[in-house]
Amino acid sequence: MSNILEIKNLVVSYGGIEAVKGINMVVPEGEIVTLIGANGAGKSTTLKSISGLVKPKQASILYKGKEIVGQSPDFIVSQGITLVPEGRRVFPNLTVLENLKIGAYLRKDNLKDDLEYVFTLFPRLREREWQMAGTLSGGEQQMLAVGRALMSRPKVIMMDEPSLGLAPLVVKDIFNIIQTINKEGITVLLIEQNANMALKIAHKAYVIETGTITMEGTGDELLANEEIKQAYLGKTK
Amino acid sequence: MTTNAFLQYCLTGISIGGIYALIAIGYTMVYGILRLINFAHGDIFMMAAYFMIFSMVNFALPWYVAIIVVITATVILGVTIERIAYKPLRSAPRMSIMISAIGVSYFLQNVATYLFSALPKPYPAIGFLTKIISFGGISTSVVTFITPILTLAFVFILMQLINHTKIGMAMRAVSKDFETSQLMGIKINRVISFTFVIGCFLAAIGSVLYFTPRPSVYPLAGSLPGLKCFIAAVFGGIGSVPGAVLGGFIIGLSETFIKAAGYSEFSDVFTFILLIVILLIKPTGLFGEKITEKV
Repeated sequence: MSNILEIKNLVVSYGGIEAVKGINMVVPEGEIVTLIGANGAGKSTTLKSISGLVKPKQASILYKGKEIVGQSPDFIVSQGITLVPEGRRVFPNLTVLENLKIGAYLRKDNLKDDLEYVFTLFPRLREREWQMAGTLSGGEQQMLAVGRALMSRPKVIMMDEPSLGLAPLVVKDIFNIIQTINKEGITVLLIEQNANMALKIAHKAYVIETGTITMEGTGDELLANEEIKQAYLGKTK
Repeated sequence: MTTNAFLQYCLTGISIGGIYALIAIGYTMVYGILRLINFAHGDIFMMAAYFMIFSMVNFALPWYVAIIVVITATVILGVTIERIAYKPLRSAPRMSIMISAIGVSYFLQNVATYLFSALPKPYPAIGFLTKIISFGGISTSVVTFITPILTLAFVFILMQLINHTKIGMAMRAVSKDFETSQLMGIKINRVISFTFVIGCFLAAIGSVLYFTPRPSVYPLAGSLPGLKCFIAAVFGGIGSVPGAVLGGFIIGLSETFIKAAGYSEFSDVFTFILLIVILLIKPTGLFGEKITEKV
């Protein structure tokens, strides 16, 4: 299968300090790829560079073979790459329905089917359609953030720590949804601190440490790896 | 005070309050989106008055064409100021952009002094607006009468725009979160420019209504009304459009009644005391949202 995203030698620095030091990774079309690593390893920065929010110092990011570095975030969204940001970031002053509609901001066609699709995935959101998003629980907000991202009809959905701060049962739901979305043909690039969950569903995984990719393999390979077990899965030999 | 006099003062107060409301909306909307107090807003309002003089006196345009010219020129001025003085400071600390706004304010005052001299210039009379009408024992000029009606109509349209259109939804989103708005595909610079368009449009209308019953315009003519409207916005809760409107009407009415009671010199003092009191008692204003810093 072809690679929908290819990241080559991505370097990002904030005020002279390099947060990402030349990473290379590929995201094959239709797969779930995860990038795991500790806080501050450069995971979020990588996703923000892909979505155009952060301008990398140097990089080549190919999407379907075309260079997207230097493009504006709205162009990148219009091409089919969307990001579910860390901490949900739903618009608290907009209703649930408006949050979903704003996810489709660049689209001019009818949203009815897409809304129906999101409401089928997340029945809770239908019940709360007219509620302000700020009044939702953390789990519901995460569902809304994912639903909002789906409204742009993405080819690639990137998720930044979707399990952050959620109850274990809710986390399970979210991971189920990620797999459902993926089965519908959407490529998923997932970053997580919850390495165990992420590796279990990932086809391909990368480990990032202080801005450098230190390991890669299939999800199962990394799950079985002794170093990974010790560093990220909290298991001793 | 007779009933007639009372009604007369009410009308005058509501009318000046309506103008304050129109200008205060410009302060509150820009603050809502950029968290910037646009100190130049009062001076944009002053420039609109000079545009009117130019259109009607120098180019002898009929008033209805002149008003369109004034609105267009004011909007262009406001959007240009945003592009040149505020946009480059988008990621700078809040204080820098505020100082830039103060700079723009002085710049406009001095440019006006340089171009039009510091001497007051007579404001052109718009025939039908200055006509006196009387009803039920109250006599007033048409402009005083239509100002509150126009204000409420514009506020109604604006609220519909903010709450029920796509661009309005984008404005509400951008006012909460720049970064996530960008992720939705919203071009935030466009939304910010649009906010300035609305603010300047209303300031231009306000300018025509404000100066029509007044004899002249001078380069500092925008600074005191500007400050009062800023206070109206703070009083109503800066960031809130209904708050700014209410604040405008309250300040207009109280000012008029203080003047009616014979304390003309005291009326501006009252407005500033109001600012201090509201900041002490309810710093977020009547309808202001609480700002909770998330950790």
